Amino acid sequence: MSTPLRCDLAIIGTGLAGMAAAVFASSRGLSVAQAGSTGAISYTSGVFDVLGALPAVAQGQPARPVERPFEALAELLRDEPGHPYALLDPEDIRLAFHEVMDFLREAGLPYRAGGEKNFLLPTPAGTLKHSWCVPETTLPGCEALAEGAPACIVAIEGMKGFSARQVAVNLAPYWPGLTTARVAMPGHPGGEVYPEQVARMLEVPAARRALAEALAPLVGPARVVGLPAVLGMHRPGDVAADMARLLGRAVFEIPTMPPGVPGIRLKEAFEGLLPGRGVALFCQQKLVGPLPAPGAPFRLRVTGQPVEHEVLADRVLLCSGRFLGGGLGGLRGRPITETVFGLPVAQPEDRSGWYRQDYLDPRGHEVHRAGLRVDAALRPLGPGGAPAHEGLFAAGSILAGQDWIRMKCGAGVAIATAFKAVRAMAPGR
Amino acid sequence: MRTDVLIIGAGATGTGLARDLALRGVSCVVVETGDVNSGASGGNHGLLHSGGRYVSNDTEAARECREEGALIKRLAPQCVEDCGGLFVAVAGDDERFVADYPGWCAAAGIEVCCLEPAEARAMEPVLSPKVIAAFAVPDATIDPFRLALENMAHAHALTGCTLLRRTRVTGMDVDAGRVVRVHTVNTVSGEAGTIEAAQVVSATGAWAGRVAALAGAHIPMLCSQGTLLVTHERMTRRVVNRLRPPGNGDILVPGGTVSILGTTSVTVDDPDRARPTVAEADENLRQALPMIPSLAYTRFVRAYCGVRPLISAGGGDGRAVSRGFMLYDHTDAGLSNFCSVTGGKLTTFRLMAEKTADLVCARLGVTAPCRTRTEPLPAAPACRWTEPGFAPRLWAQRHDADDPLLCECEMVPASAVDSIMNDCGQQFPDPGLQALGKRSRIGKGSCQGAFCGVRVAAHLYDTGHYTSPRGLARMREFFTERFKGQRPILWGPQLIQAELAEALHCGLLGLELGDPEAAPAAGKDEEARS
Ligand SMILES: Cc1cc2nc3c(=O)[nH]c(=O)nc-3n(C[C@H](O)[C@H](O)[C@H](O)COP(=O)(O)OP(=O)(O)OC[C@H]3O[C@@H](n4cnc5c(N)ncnc54)[C@H](O)[C@@H]3O)c2cc1C
Repeated sequence: MSTPLRCDLAIIGTGLAGMAAAVFASSRGLSVAQAGSTGAISYTSGVFDVLGALPAVAQGQPARPVERPFEALAELLRDEPGHPYALLDPEDIRLAFHEVMDFLREAGLPYRAGGEKNFLLPTPAGTLKHSWCVPETTLPGCEALAEGAPACIVAIEGMKGFSARQVAVNLAPYWPGLTTARVAMPGHPGGEVYPEQVARMLEVPAARRALAEALAPLVGPARVVGLPAVLGMHRPGDVAADMARLLGRAVFEIPTMPPGVPGIRLKEAFEGLLPGRGVALFCQQKLVGPLPAPGAPFRLRVTGQPVEHEVLADRVLLCSGRFLGGGLGGLRGRPITETVFGLPVAQPEDRSGWYRQDYLDPRGHEVHRAGLRVDAALRPLGPGGAPAHEGLFAAGSILAGQDWIRMKCGAGVAIATAFKAVRAMAPGR
Repeated sequence: MRTDVLIIGAGATGTGLARDLALRGVSCVVVETGDVNSGASGGNHGLLHSGGRYVSNDTEAARECREEGALIKRLAPQCVEDCGGLFVAVAGDDERFVADYPGWCAAAGIEVCCLEPAEARAMEPVLSPKVIAAFAVPDATIDPFRLALENMAHAHALTGCTLLRRTRVTGMDVDAGRVVRVHTVNTVSGEAGTIEAAQVVSATGAWAGRVAALAGAHIPMLCSQGTLLVTHERMTRRVVNRLRPPGNGDILVPGGTVSILGTTSVTVDDPDRARPTVAEADENLRQALPMIPSLAYTRFVRAYCGVRPLISAGGGDGRAVSRGFMLYDHTDAGLSNFCSVTGGKLTTFRLMAEKTADLVCARLGVTAPCRTRTEPLPAAPACRWTEPGFAPRLWAQRHDADDPLLCECEMVPASAVDSIMNDCGQQFPDPGLQALGKRSRIGKGSCQGAFCGVRVAAHLYDTGHYTSPRGLARMREFFTERFKGQRPILWGPQLIQAELAEALHCGLLGLELGDPEAAPAAGKDEEARS
């Protein structure tokens, strides 16, 4: 093993919480080591929700979409007092988002936040999503939807799981005058077409020209053209602007099934820029180690590669996510576990309480509310109810009391709790 | 609507009866609340019993299974995998039972071969090192979906026999000892209808008691729910049975590319409310571990349950009741054109159908003899997509780049969906994803429909089969239905898969946020746009 890497902060996890934390920490002059698997972020849709829906509280009630997320926070916390948002000042959520948005703009991925209101945007199924902060490439769609401007949704031949007809038929009640078109991607050999392939093809001006030529006769009088999210991998704003120029009308993107292009863009943006900010980033690796004695620093190992590194850190931020991210483990006949330090997990009594009977129950499922309980500084509590270690913090979906899937608060909780945790460990910076 | 014979229930028995009657020149209509095999025929092990399971407590049923199993192997080989079976005992199991076993088999006429424990373990390496005895028997497996679909397809080809899906029988008008009219309701549209038939047969399995009651007749049913678990990969070549009296977690049956572990026996009041539970999943596993220890680390992709239609002979639990079948002519209730057939096994469906058809024909004055004993079941091309491994084989042969795989786990291409829609589309003018799932492997792989459900729906919109928000409602239905089977086995990798699925369906698509068919008409709801 090489000489230990010393740092102020070790971040466990490379999902949205971990990546945002690395941005916050490096901006505040903390030295950072970070490790995690890369799947997490590329599976995100690329739109950032603060609060998109309020689950039903009682049986028989519907879940309700949220138009004004910051106003609705109070209502959420009345019904869900254990939600991580209870630990945050709403202003901090905005501040945190703006810091991440500045970073992403620098990386060529401009985002727009919605002020007091959520944006309303189409999903690939033709449902509506209420989201607070969206990539600028989706904005013309949100605006056209709000105005009811005539638009044409375009599907690409051979791209599975995206039907322009499906989007148009289901949005018709909300968006009159939607038309559809279907186009073969020029220059593609045919057969199955993956969004990532198309996005990389469209980086080249000639491919954009060819696509625009194929599209021009199909989109009719539409003022706006919607495509699955394929408008370039890097600097999608430039690709979108060029397409708009070629077509003579605004273009926008609709997120696709995971893993979609907007998620991959985020992954590439973080992985591309963080090392330049001094973050020692170990992709597809794990950070593991014991919980040290009180007062002692963390001695962790980066594992998963032939060369193992030792990391000596004063503080650790646990952003290891839930089951999909690997932060929580759920085995048969055992309680849910926290996989790195074995911290206590708040959870239903046994597996029969994890899920309700009905998949789409508007109240959501208890298993998603399981997770770590933390103190006001986001330090996970140990078995005795006191913080497990004064240098250990947690952020993101591993925190108890949220059902991000149903509340559509995943990005908000990830970014804002990471922000608060980093500020708690670097006060005044 | 009028027909010669109305068959209620499209399980193995009902569809088998339709074919038997068609071979005798009698035409009929089959009505089914759900779809083909919505009842026990879609919720069983798919074990084509050699009879070995029943030799210790029901020689009669064992003999029936032996004879029928042999017939089906010969006449419907496309539905059968003749894989063979083992009965094994482990240390601690009753040694008297072991010693008596070969004698019982002999009494029922079942070929049995005694193996050394080491030999059995060489044949099936997942068996516990603690195996103390093993016997080989001629067990096989059967694809009940293909069987029922081909029964229907053949009956349709012979006499135009039709299946009315999503049609529930809700009442019968009886006049002068005859059922003169049967009332139905479409379970989707709520539309009521009536059917008049010279003969009415209930082949409704666990629901036989309820349906008979509609005509004022009585059947003492005992409904016994059994839950089964599906592993991610196939674990044995053969069927593996525990050598002991029938109990929980006793059988591991290969089903093409997977294995199926079962089964529990829990008495339930209402077969409509049967669903697999966490407790039953755990119990099956706990019981099976001594026989196959690696099940502790095996990935399960799904659980499901069926309700055994048992005839309660007063008292006793589900295990004690005979697996023989019963044909009620209902003359004791003063009825002359209504009968019910229930009980029995999937393995004995043909015999049940034969005996029932004999009665129906006698009442109709038809003298044509039964031909299902000799006539092979024709393989229908539209039904082959239910076969595990068929789609991947075809894909490897053709590898048509312009035919995208909609279901990546089971390699079901868009052309399969198109051909099912073509061949069976008249049966489902309003295609639910479930109907496609029944007729193919869509939704059966490790993602359990999470991804292919979205892709198939998009394809159906693209090909013009879905033209309204109803397609979204069908997606919701499909995911809800798949989840019933997921819930009991959500741990380890499948829990991770489920989190990803819900992140897609609810997190991204917001499918839980309301009924898409209740969307406001254009322009009505200004709020939604603000
Ligand atoms: C857990 C389990 C495991 C089993 N394993 C095996 C095995 O490995 N091998 C084997 O040979 N047998 C097995 N069996 C037994 C076998 O599954 C059944 O005996 C057989 O499938 C019964 O078929 P059926 O057609 O008579 O009834 P079902 O398949 O139950 O068909 C009845 C149909 O009637 C319909 N219906 C009910 N009421 C109405 C109404 N009012 N109007 C219209 N339609 C109606 C239902 O929807 C249903 O589709 C098992 C059973 C269970 C429960």
